[in-house]
Parts: sequence; C-alpha cells; structure tokens
Amino acid sequence: MDGTILLFLLQDGITNGAIYALLGLALVLVFAVTRVIFIPQGEFVAFGALTYALFEAGRLPGTVWLLLAFAGLAFLFDLVEAIRDRALAARLPRVVFFDLAVPGLLAGAAVFVAGRGFGPAAHFAATLALVGPLGPLVYRVAFRPIAGASVLTLLITAVGVHLALVGLGLVFFGAEGLRAPAMSDLTLAVGPLLVTGQSLWVYAVTIVAVAALWLFFERSLWGKALRATAVNRLGARLVGIRTGFAGSLAFGLAAIVGALSGVLVAPMTTIYYDTGFLIGLKGFVAAIIAGLASWPLTAAAAFAVGVVEAFASFFASDLKEIVVFMLILPVLMWRSLKQVHVEEED
Amino acid sequence: MSPRHALLLFVAVLALAPIVPGVPIFWITLLGNVGLAALVAMGLVLLTGVGGMTSFGQAAFCGFGAYTTAVLTTVWGWSPWASLPVALAVVGLAAAVLGLITVRLSGHFLPLGTIAWGLSLYYLFGKLELLGRHDGISGVPPLSLAGWSLVDPRAAHVVIWIAVILAGVLTTHLLDSRIGRGVRALRKGRIAAEAFGVDTSRTKLVVFVWAALLAGLSGWLYAHVQRTVTPAPFGLNAGIEYLFMAVVGGSGQIWGAILGAGLVTLLKEALQRVVPALFGNALQLEGVVFGVVLVVLLQVARDGLWPHLARLLKAAPRVRPATAEPLPRRALGGGDRARPLLTLDRARKQFGGLTAVNDVTFSVGRGEIVALIGPNGAGKSTTFNLVTGVAGLTAGRVSFDGVEISGSAPQTIAARGLARTFQHVKLEPEMTVLENVAMGAHLRGRAGLLAAMFRLDRRDEARLLAEAAAQLDRVGLGEHLARPAGALALGQQRVVEIARALAMDPALLLLDEPAAGLRHFEKQALAELLTKLRAEGMSVLLVEHDMGFVMGLADRIVVLDFGTKIAEGPPDQVKTDPAVLEAYLGGVA
Repeated sequence: MDGTILLFLLQDGITNGAIYALLGLALVLVFAVTRVIFIPQGEFVAFGALTYALFEAGRLPGTVWLLLAFAGLAFLFDLVEAIRDRALAARLPRVVFFDLAVPGLLAGAAVFVAGRGFGPAAHFAATLALVGPLGPLVYRVAFRPIAGASVLTLLITAVGVHLALVGLGLVFFGAEGLRAPAMSDLTLAVGPLLVTGQSLWVYAVTIVAVAALWLFFERSLWGKALRATAVNRLGARLVGIRTGFAGSLAFGLAAIVGALSGVLVAPMTTIYYDTGFLIGLKGFVAAIIAGLASWPLTAAAAFAVGVVEAFASFFASDLKEIVVFMLILPVLMWRSLKQVHVEEED
Repeated sequence: MSPRHALLLFVAVLALAPIVPGVPIFWITLLGNVGLAALVAMGLVLLTGVGGMTSFGQAAFCGFGAYTTAVLTTVWGWSPWASLPVALAVVGLAAAVLGLITVRLSGHFLPLGTIAWGLSLYYLFGKLELLGRHDGISGVPPLSLAGWSLVDPRAAHVVIWIAVILAGVLTTHLLDSRIGRGVRALRKGRIAAEAFGVDTSRTKLVVFVWAALLAGLSGWLYAHVQRTVTPAPFGLNAGIEYLFMAVVGGSGQIWGAILGAGLVTLLKEALQRVVPALFGNALQLEGVVFGVVLVVLLQVARDGLWPHLARLLKAAPRVRPATAEPLPRRALGGGDRARPLLTLDRARKQFGGLTAVNDVTFSVGRGEIVALIGPNGAGKSTTFNLVTGVAGLTAGRVSFDGVEISGSAPQTIAARGLARTFQHVKLEPEMTVLENVAMGAHLRGRAGLLAAMFRLDRRDEARLLAEAAAQLDRVGLGEHLARPAGALALGQQRVVEIARALAMDPALLLLDEPAAGLRHFEKQALAELLTKLRAEGMSVLLVEHDMGFVMGLADRIVVLDFGTKIAEGPPDQVKTDPAVLEAYLGGVA
C-alpha cells in the first residue's frame, strides 16, 4: 500500500465518520434526555435521503403521507388523553395546532415545492420540514405513553418502532434504491487527493451542526432544560420543566440530524428503504464506545469507526461489517472489567 | 384445572396431533416450527424475563447449532446424532466466550452488545467459504432412528416437541432450586443475593449459556428438518422475533414461551397469506404489524399474555415444606474469646473531596450487641457498606475473626459468617417469603445446576426450605411463608430480612435500621429475639435511629458525627456524653 491509498482511505473514512458522528451525537442526545436507545435513528437517515432524492428527481416523496399518517395518529392519542383527563376544551386548540395544522402546513409546502425545480436548497429545506416533525410524532405515539418505563422496555419498544418504520419505508418509498445528484460538481486537487464538493459539504454541515448543538446546550435556556431533564427527570419537573416537551424536542433534533445526514449521504451512495439501519448502527457503535454519555468522545469514536471501516473495506471487503461491529466488543469487555457494582434503579 | 393437568392435556393434544387422521400436513409443519421457535423463546424467557438480560442475538446461536451439524453431516459424513453433542459444545463455547465479555455489563449495554455480535455473526455466516456463503449448505440428512428415517413432518413433529417439553421441564426444575433462586434474584435483588453468597456473575453466565444451548438445539433440529441451512434465519431480525415471542408470552413464564412462539408464528403465517391478498405482492407489511403489535403490547400489557392466561389455572398453593434433617449449625461462642470478632481499624472512605467515614475505629466482641448511631449523614450506612464489602475502603482495614476482609467481595465476606439486612428492604417481591428466606441459606446447600435440572437436589433443597421455615417460625412469621414477599407490610418485610440473615447461620448479624417502620410490640419482639440470639453467642452490629430501642438493647454504642467517631461506651455513658448531646441537640441545654 502506498501513501496515496492511505490518504485516500483516511479521507473516505473521515467523510463517513462525519456522518456517523452526527448520528452518534443525536443518539447520545436522545438517550440522555429520554433514556431511549433510539435504534430507529437510521430510518430518519433513509427517509431523509429518499425524500431528498425524490424531490431532486422532481417527484413528490411519500414522506408527505407518512407525516400526515403519524400526525393523525398523534392527534388521536392526544384527543383520547385529553378526554380521559377531562381537559378537552382547554387542550383542543393546542392539539389541533400542533398535531394537525403544523404538519398539514408542512405537508402542503412540500407538495408545493415538489416538481417545480426550485433547486437543492429548497429541496433540502423541504426534506427537513417533512422528516423533522416525524421525530416528535414518533415520540408522542410510541414512547411518551411509557416514558417512565425501564431502559430495557424502552429499548425493546425502540426495536418495535424500528421494525414498523422500516416496513413503512417500504410502503411509502418502494423497494427501489435512489441516489441524488451531488450538491456541487466541485473537485479540488489537494496534493494527490481529489476532494469533492460533496465531502466539503459533509464536513461543513457536521461542523455547523456540532457547533449549533453545543451552543444550544451550553447557552440557551431550552438546552439547559434538556440537560436538567437528562440528569433528573423528577427534579426537572419540580422546577417547572415539561419533561414531555423535552422529550419531543430531543426527538425533533434527532430527526432533523438524521434527515440532515440522509441528505448528505444521498449523493454518495444508493439508498434503499432499509439502508438507514446499518448507517445508524455505526453511529451507535460510536455512541456505545463513548458510553452513551460523552459528546466529544462520541465524535472521536465516530471518526475512528469511519476510518476502520474504510481500511477494512480495502483489505477485507467481505468482512467490513463484521470488523466494524466487532469494534464494540473490546470496548464492552473493557467496560465490564472496570465496572463497579452499583445499584440499578430500573 | 391445576397447571400440571393443563400441561399434561397440552402434551396429549400435541402428541396426538400428527396421529389424528385428516390433520393437514401443513398444520403439522407449522406446529413443528412453533416448537423450534419455542425452544429459543424459552431460553430467552429465562434470560430476559427471569434473569433481566436482554439478548437480540439468540438467532446467531441457532446458526452455530445449525451450521455445525450441517458441516459435520455433509462434509464429514457424520451421523446427525453424533453431531448433536459437537453442535451443542460449539454453541456452549461461543456462548461462554460472548457471555464472559457481555453478561457482566449492566442494563442496556448487554442488549446493544448482543445486537453488535448478532449482526457480525450473521454476516460471518454469509461470508465463510466453509459455510457455503450466501447459498448456505443443502443436502443435510434427515434425522433417523434405528434405521427409520424421520423425514416425514409427522415424525419430526414428535422429535421437536419431545425436545421442547424436555427443555421446559429442565428449565422449570432449574428455576425451582437453590441455583434458581439466585437466577430469579438477578433482576431486582442482585445486591441482596450477593450478600448471601450468590455468585451473580457466574449465575448470569450459566443462564446465558443455557439459553444459548436451547437456541443451539433448536438450530440443530432446524437443520435436519429443513435439510438446508442458509444465513437468513439467523440474522438480527430473527433475533428480534424471538425476543418478541418471549415478550408476548410473558416475562418470567417458561411455558409462556410456547404461547408466544405459537402466536407469533401463526401471526406471521397469517400475514404472509393475508397481506399479499389485500395489497398485492409488492408490499410486506409484516414488519409494520410486528413492530406496532410490539409497541402496543409494551404500552398496555408489559408482562405479556401468559399471566392473564395463567389466572385461569388454579395454582397449587405452596404448603409448608416437610420437615427435613436439620442443617449443620455453626458453633457460636467458640474461638478466641479475648479477640474481638469484628474490628475496624482507622477505616476511611472518601467520595472525591468528601470524607464520609473518617478513620473510624471500633470493634464488636463475641456475643455482644453494638449499636452504631448518629445524626443523618453521619456515615453510618457507609460504615456498614465498608464492613459488608459493598463499598471499598479508601484507607484502613476491616478484619473479621482476625482475618482481613477489606477488599473482599460481598460473597466472600458472607461466606465467613457475616449476614446482613438492608436499610431499604431488598426482597424479591414476586418470590414467596419462604423462598426469599431460603436464599439466606444459599451457602449452606451445595446442589449444583445439573442436580437441580434432574431433580437430584431434593434432599438438599428440602433441608434448605425446612431451615427457612424454621427461621420464619423463630421470628414469628411462620404463617406468612407462602405469600409473595411483596404482599407483606413493610415492618414484616424487615423481619423477613432478619429471618433471611439468620438462615445463613451467621456469627455476626449486621442490621441496618431493623426497627424502622415497626410497631411498638413488634419492636419489643425484635428486641427479645436479639437478646435471645446474644445469649446463644451471636454478635450483632446494628445501625439504628430509635434511641429507646438501642438504649435498652445494646451493650455498647458507637456514635458517629460527620464521619468521625465522637463517643463510644455503654448506653448510660453515651447518653450523658456532652459531645453526643452537642451533635444531636446542637448544644447542651
């Protein structure tokens, strides 16, 4: 192997690693706030990629109907809950606004954008507008009713949601794979390397997203509220933070990050309705290596996963996935050895 | 109808199904598939429902079993029966290796780990030349018995269900034993189990390997029934499906696994027939329906369906165990009388910058009751944890009967004859009072795993249960022994904890706030019991808030404040000590 190949593999790994870092961060965020290990994160990636690719192809993506279906379901859940709490009159305006009006408007906007050739920027925005709201809606329907359950119950629920979303992906997007055109045709020659515009986009978006998340959590009141919820649910409630809202916010951010990653990946590889799972799981590997807790560590681990994957696919392409997923084992072993006996409350 | 009768009826129906003329072969095959899945689900029920360890990777163990026999029988020409022990050994070895790495992980890291190796192994099955890559291995011979080939699904059905029922019976036996109590305590009562000498890490590994062996057996059967082995049925989705079956059936119900496997297999079959008819072939809604059902089930019936069904069956009431030869007792009051039994020598515990226990020195003599008192946050419980091995010392040493015990695991310390109760009651609420107390006698039995499975442990077990019943009588709760521990009042639960500690036949009893939540006459009875134990030569160290209780009972009192010992002596002396009054009342009046 010569230096060029080495550099090329590194570059490839870092580009993929950036995507995994985004996903890993979203997973840590969701876990910290809601204790949900969000296996379906990858589905948002696939939905984002397919939605963007369909917009780019001048078609109306099925995400519109998916969004409306979930909104209707959430509306029913909220309606039933309001009736049970005898607070229908008080809550109805809110429920109608958030569950019907907002998703309806977003869906309408997407229908308007579709097929008019507005260009990548509009399609990008429309994709986020369609996939982003799915996060809070999924949380509302699947997780909020059992928000107090154990981490394990929430994890099994997450697996159920994953199965359902993959199936729905097949229903709404079909079995064909799609690939979007690159966001820019730019190619730069940096020494022996060719840096594509697309990979520059990936780096830029990752940096901006990480910075934005950092600012959000360190500087804004909402971000601090989310962190408080993560530390102590009950305590957060007692000081007036609505933990249900915090959960919705975390899922919303996760869905947006997922969709963002999807849009970035769409021009780099062909995406099928079930491709997201594997991409998401690699974000997971990073998050788990970092103990589902540390952000900088998650990002670092994600780049490592990307690089290992790149080298594995060069030297033993057959065993690529095996190598990547087995990366977890030494980490888990190390954790299990240093683990102290602590009381588990759930 | 008692559960035993229900089981017999169920077995009869199953056994007769293939013989009854007119039952279509399709149904027999389907029932066989249910049985294959039930084997795996049964292991998962034990692992997840009872043991609290979630695994998404069971399908990979089926794969180990199936591929091992497929290679041995097609490439090497082995007989399927000869390959069975090898297949199980391969599965057991794989499970032991993966288990060693993952079962000690707490909570959610274990299931995530299983997802990782479940996926890896699936890919591995599909990439190895030896295993035929994605095409798999075909031409696996069917099972045969005395020259008679079991190629007919009816014959296979019988073999499969014999395996299922055998596995169910062995697993049920396992749970109803000394080892089984340790398994059942894994989910909620790990700390308590360890305090009585249960090696929880080893127990977890044993359960993990057994569950994997059941999956491996299912895989071996599958290979010889299907006659061909491909990677697809051993992927992550299959692993999720098995877990789904265990959840549907019910957490902790071994026979619920059959129910879960049956319902899920039938649902899948129905979906594969109905959905294409309704929506055309292009769509596979199977995953959607599965996912939705799983989510709904966890929202409305987290314990699965079996408990609802089991209510229809009248459970045989647990009766008082028959009398059995009493267990040997520890000789109390022996040893070097001059040397104290328990000694803390400048014991120190720091949490970061906070010194919770600051160089505390005191001792407990043989046949002595010593009370540890102090205001809230004085470091009493931490001191207690240093003695029992739950927390490690920062400096200093703790010795018991002249042997240093600081740094030892709780199990090791328990084995030396230190039994404890907990400030926050740690009983396994779903187990009966008797079983909870019998856990205390864990170290006094020796029947192992195989003995339990094949019911060779009955004599040993009867002695443990009789001991538990005797201790319950001793503390006055004999009439409650058949009730679930969670159904007792809090005060009674505390007393059950004392009975459990006594069942260990300790030399030193460590009681963490035993009188909290007791009514007046209950406290009196407790004080009488402790006095009687002291007369028998037992030593007691107790942490207590109730001054009246302590003053009338203890021989000596050690007072802690802000982690430091401020007074020590007989009750009358401590009562008037100015430093104690200062700590409790904020100054001498």
